[in-house]
Amino acid sequence: MGKYDAMWKDLGLDLDAHDGLLRALGQGYSDVYLSQRGRPDGMKYFDHVVSEIHGRRIQELLERKSRGDPIIGTFCLYVPEEIILAAGGVSVGLCAGAEIGTAQAERVLPRNTCALIKSFVGFKLAKLCPYFEACDLVIGETTCDGKKKAYEIFGEFQDLFVIEVPHTKTGESRALWRSEIDRLAGKVEALSGREVSADSLREAVRIVNAKRRALHRLNATRRANPAPISGRDALLINQIQFYDDPARFTEKLNILCDEIEARAARGEGVEPADAPRILISGCPMAAPNWKVPAIVEKSGAVIVGEESCVGERGTRNLVDEGGCTCDEILDRIADRYIEIDCACFTPNAERIEHILEMARAYEADGVIEYIIQFCTPYAMESYGIERALARAGMPMLKIETDYSAEDAAQLTTRVQAFLEVLRSPQRA
Amino acid sequence: MRAAGLDIGSRTIELVVIDESNRVVSSAQGETTPDVIDDARRLLASSPFDRLVVTGYGRALAEVAFDAPTVTEILAYARGAHAVCPGCRTVLDIGGQDTKAIALDGSGRPLRFAMNDRCAAGAGRFLEMMAAALRYEIGAFGSASLEGRDGVAISSMCAVFAESEVIGLMTRGHDRRDIARAVHRAIATRTAGMLARVSTEPPIVFAGGAALNPGLRRLIEEAIGQPLIVPEMPQMVGALGAALIAAERAHAVGIRPRADPDGSSPPPLGDVRP
Repeated sequence: MGKYDAMWKDLGLDLDAHDGLLRALGQGYSDVYLSQRGRPDGMKYFDHVVSEIHGRRIQELLERKSRGDPIIGTFCLYVPEEIILAAGGVSVGLCAGAEIGTAQAERVLPRNTCALIKSFVGFKLAKLCPYFEACDLVIGETTCDGKKKAYEIFGEFQDLFVIEVPHTKTGESRALWRSEIDRLAGKVEALSGREVSADSLREAVRIVNAKRRALHRLNATRRANPAPISGRDALLINQIQFYDDPARFTEKLNILCDEIEARAARGEGVEPADAPRILISGCPMAAPNWKVPAIVEKSGAVIVGEESCVGERGTRNLVDEGGCTCDEILDRIADRYIEIDCACFTPNAERIEHILEMARAYEADGVIEYIIQFCTPYAMESYGIERALARAGMPMLKIETDYSAEDAAQLTTRVQAFLEVLRSPQRA
Repeated sequence: MRAAGLDIGSRTIELVVIDESNRVVSSAQGETTPDVIDDARRLLASSPFDRLVVTGYGRALAEVAFDAPTVTEILAYARGAHAVCPGCRTVLDIGGQDTKAIALDGSGRPLRFAMNDRCAAGAGRFLEMMAAALRYEIGAFGSASLEGRDGVAISSMCAVFAESEVIGLMTRGHDRRDIARAVHRAIATRTAGMLARVSTEPPIVFAGGAALNPGLRRLIEEAIGQPLIVPEMPQMVGALGAALIAAERAHAVGIRPRADPDGSSPPPLGDVRP
């Protein structure tokens, strides 16, 4: 019996299949992460978190649960972590980045559904995610049509509460969103039996803002050339921030930032200074979806930014730390979250602005627009993005793929050809 | 100094060797079997050279086996097309499992490109399967389509579905030349769409094995309203590009197979000084 087998069994996991999943995860991690050269020492903490992803962290969650703190799962940036923390809960961003339980998921979902949705339904139906099983409640949200309708099915298997995310940023939409924030706070209070107060909210805002500031600090180091940290490691940190303890995560990330800031100051990088610098834009890359970043960086480029839900889209803005009453703080939380530039909004011109801004700030040589197959909102937006980038003279490669490995060779050719285009000097 | 380019494709492998003045001194082609490295080694032994660059879908294997630098097909085809048609601005390559459209600047530098996604829809393998379903030799398939009339349509680009469609049309008594035309028309429409997204600026070089198909060439020309320039040996363009890149790169060493000049026939590509 393994160290955590009893815990996983209690949670109702399918132990054999789960062992297989952990083995595959270990192999993938070793191939994509541990094989990198010149990694910062500070990544050891994050390696450790990954090695205990279904072990120690789940134990911690169950300890909190036994003390009466609700474990609340989320799938999307629009669910304010602050409100969960303020009610004494633990917020866990569920990942859905692996091709798991596809056969089970396809029994209830159409086949032409995006890999992320299939994955979260698959994880649940195949009983392979201890986070799902540890959750007292999962909060869904009405972002894309696929998720919205999948929650109706998912809710048959898991306690679920869906909040309405409007799809425009008009005054009326903001009012609706503000009322959804209240409804969420009420739900979380009822679950935990603790009040969401001005004091607890203020503290939660402070904790989550500190985490975002540490991520801003990480991103700032990546402006250096050569880049002092790989895009793969930066992505991993962005993935881990969804489920690690926020205060501990912030502390460890700041320690890593001390190290890589010093590296950058010495002019040290993970790749030579002439390596093409790539900005990734588009759909979320949930753990352990490292397929495209691994192909890009193994081809000799370095990823310097993620315009992504698992990246700057999710962490760009802070919550204004003003406000005295509970309502005033909730106003500020609502304002912060509705500014997120998800493709489910229309119009969504600010996303194009953000991509251009990031390409400039990180001195990117090219943009890889990453679309999960069947993700209509992002796939549609890439038309306008391609045009805007062309006008700005910024080369772009659009990649539309899913979680399977079958197209790895073709993707490698396209990525390498894109890098050749970026590298090839102008001939007279 | 002789430079070699090896293009390991999904269906065939090509080798082109050039001399100091970029003249082709030998070219050879073989089938791709499951033992790709062995196929490549045999081809490489056919002609002596000093430098090697490998391209094509099997390049990563060859990189390890022969310690040779690699470039992608995009760069190789761009370079090769510029050599056979100086000043060309667009390259269309339809190989065994890939279709590529590349926009070039006037000096042979790729600016943009597009490739088909994961499946071989509309590429050479698709043509082969449709020819087999209609009982044509692949070499006669294109001419048959030129004899066919419009009026029948194939809507699917999936080889499995398209084969069902073809069989369905045959059982309804359609002339197989008309069906052949429909197959070619479907690929041409799809290819023209890819070109429209990347570039249709002339001169346009049509390379890859499918460029030998006169029916496909005619229908793509109709669809884009531009003539296509087909080099004498369109399948060799990638290997030629790789050889030219090898000649330009001092570090492109790779293996030096045993010198074995067999006096093979002079290259049909002619003078390709860039």
